[in-house]
Amino acid sequence: MTKNIEVGALARVEGEGGLYIGLTDGNVTEVRVDIYEPPRFFEGFLIERFLQEVPDITARICGICPVAYQMSSVYALESILGIKVSPQVRLLRRLMYCGEYIESHALHIYLLQAPDLLGKESALELAAVAPEVVKDALRLKKIGNEILKAIGGRSVHPVNVCVGGFYRWPDVEPLRALLPDLEWGLQAARECVRWAKDLPYPDLEVDYEFVALHHPEEYGVIEGEVWSSKGRKTPVTEFEKAYLETHVRHSNALHSHTVEGTPYLVGPMARLNLNHAQLHPQAKEALKESGVVLPLRNPYKSLIARAIELVHFYAEAIESIRAYRPEGPAHAALKLKAGEGAAATEAPRGLLYHRYAINKQGRIQRARIVPPTAQNLPRIEADLFAMAPKLVKMEHAEATLTAEHLVRSYDPCISCATHFLKLTIEHK
Amino acid sequence: MAAKKPTVAVYKFSSCDGCQLSLLNLEDELLDLAGAVDIAYFLEASRAVKPGPYDIALVEGSVTTPHEIERIREIREDARFVIALGTCATSGGIQALRNFADAEEYARAVYDHPEYLEYLNTATPISETIKVDLEIWGCPVNKHLVLECIAALLQNRKPNLPQYSVCLECKRRGAVCVLVAHGTPCLGPVTQAGCGAICPANGRGCYGCFGPWPQGNFDSLVPTLTATERFPGETHLLLRNFNAHAPAFRKAAEAALTVGKK
Repeated sequence: MTKNIEVGALARVEGEGGLYIGLTDGNVTEVRVDIYEPPRFFEGFLIERFLQEVPDITARICGICPVAYQMSSVYALESILGIKVSPQVRLLRRLMYCGEYIESHALHIYLLQAPDLLGKESALELAAVAPEVVKDALRLKKIGNEILKAIGGRSVHPVNVCVGGFYRWPDVEPLRALLPDLEWGLQAARECVRWAKDLPYPDLEVDYEFVALHHPEEYGVIEGEVWSSKGRKTPVTEFEKAYLETHVRHSNALHSHTVEGTPYLVGPMARLNLNHAQLHPQAKEALKESGVVLPLRNPYKSLIARAIELVHFYAEAIESIRAYRPEGPAHAALKLKAGEGAAATEAPRGLLYHRYAINKQGRIQRARIVPPTAQNLPRIEADLFAMAPKLVKMEHAEATLTAEHLVRSYDPCISCATHFLKLTIEHK
Repeated sequence: MAAKKPTVAVYKFSSCDGCQLSLLNLEDELLDLAGAVDIAYFLEASRAVKPGPYDIALVEGSVTTPHEIERIREIREDARFVIALGTCATSGGIQALRNFADAEEYARAVYDHPEYLEYLNTATPISETIKVDLEIWGCPVNKHLVLECIAALLQNRKPNLPQYSVCLECKRRGAVCVLVAHGTPCLGPVTQAGCGAICPANGRGCYGCFGPWPQGNFDSLVPTLTATERFPGETHLLLRNFNAHAPAFRKAAEAALTVGKK
């Protein structure tokens, strides 16, 4: 008997993909996350572009986390030119990241994942029964977008980030004007954690290897070392030696895995588990109050990790805006020279690694981009593989929803991960 | 209208998701919008799919694979009114840079086994494959203009889209002209308005992400820009960017190379 579970197009993920689980006589024979998202060849057309164009171009890899792409680009390029940005530039960059985390996490928590946990098809359907939840969710999300707009002119593909700093210091007033909303948001985010901890999560514990950027003095986002829950500590410049993208015989695509050949997980659960000591006191309090015990190992509960991060980034945004005092030049002068450099920052979905080589005219000679979802896809497939024997016992519709739900809980962003076409695992 | 709400379907082609995200970013209007129209197909927002045909199809992204050609034709047959949403859909987007290069070479640069990939050698706007009823430019689109277009359709009137260049938006918000005052290369004079002149307002030149303004005077601007380049080829790169495939920018980018050589 052959029974296949096929989901033609995954809903409520960014980008387009489907999944395929093939079972023969109750045994899993195939698990595949199919990516329909066509390749766009960013690393190809970046060649010969001028370095200052890069953050604008790489932003277009993902409309949901453009700031992450801009940040990994500028830090990698600045490392080549030996630029160390001023403390106020650094603060503003983290503030932009606060905006992006708020916007992206609120979107995923309420609009993409919660409908699954509450048995709804969409947040709009949820709004029919719980309008106040959805209204608060939209407001929480909007405030993140407003931060990005105040710094970068718009929330999707903001225009103010450049290699060396910012084109212009954002005005203080529009940022200060957001403080009352942010104070509301901080309380709403605390409330979100209280709500999130009791959602009906399916039981699943996975022995993940978590990987995230770690910084000793702050919640790791823009600089630091790549830490793994298995104890590996890797400088960013050594990232490609510890985490490989290689070809698998039965797959048409690249797989990210550790140097030992095992899948790993990046994203909010990895960050929270590895970096909880660096959380803002407000987020620590929210975590303690929730009674959630770390490490979190249930992929569905990554929603709780996002909620706690929502508290952190609301709290950090408030402090950053209060501490923002533009002074001196908004960006460092560029002294071009040839070289190669790499950087990693933490996108809302996880570690995002960029490496560039430039010539002495500042033109890109090589580009390498490793997006978070590309790193997580082998892990998602491994989880689906483990779940498949249970799925076969379910009705088709229920099995489909269950499998979809698992994939969505990872918050995959398929637009950025098109290095992975027709990811296939086959057991003979 | 109360009897039957118009149905709206949202589709994604080759793109970054940013334009359909603009719909979800209508935080203040989203619930009202969902009340005014029947969102029948919007995978990024909902797994509930209602069968077509639909009154309005919003299409994000450009056509870059053989499969996408088939898909967009089916969408055309299934929709009364097709709106191309954003720069990828209206001019091919950043991935249309392959139209000026060897796409196979790009594929080899990124993938070890390019033979596994299915792609076209070009990335093209929706209107090169099917008839499009309305184009909304922008990378990303201005969400308020999207709302205006949907509202206009519901009210059976012509949408009120800006018919001028970014320059006018600069003047309106009192932004200093970066080109005149600082000699910073700026595509504002030849770029369609709609963004609110956010680049000049942030002290940098417009990079043309809303596409060419139909009445832009390229013959005047291109020599002005090439004369003030901060590095050789800057004007060419500026035009050969997010709207590289748009005919006016395509032509001007070529002209910039010739002018630059003189």
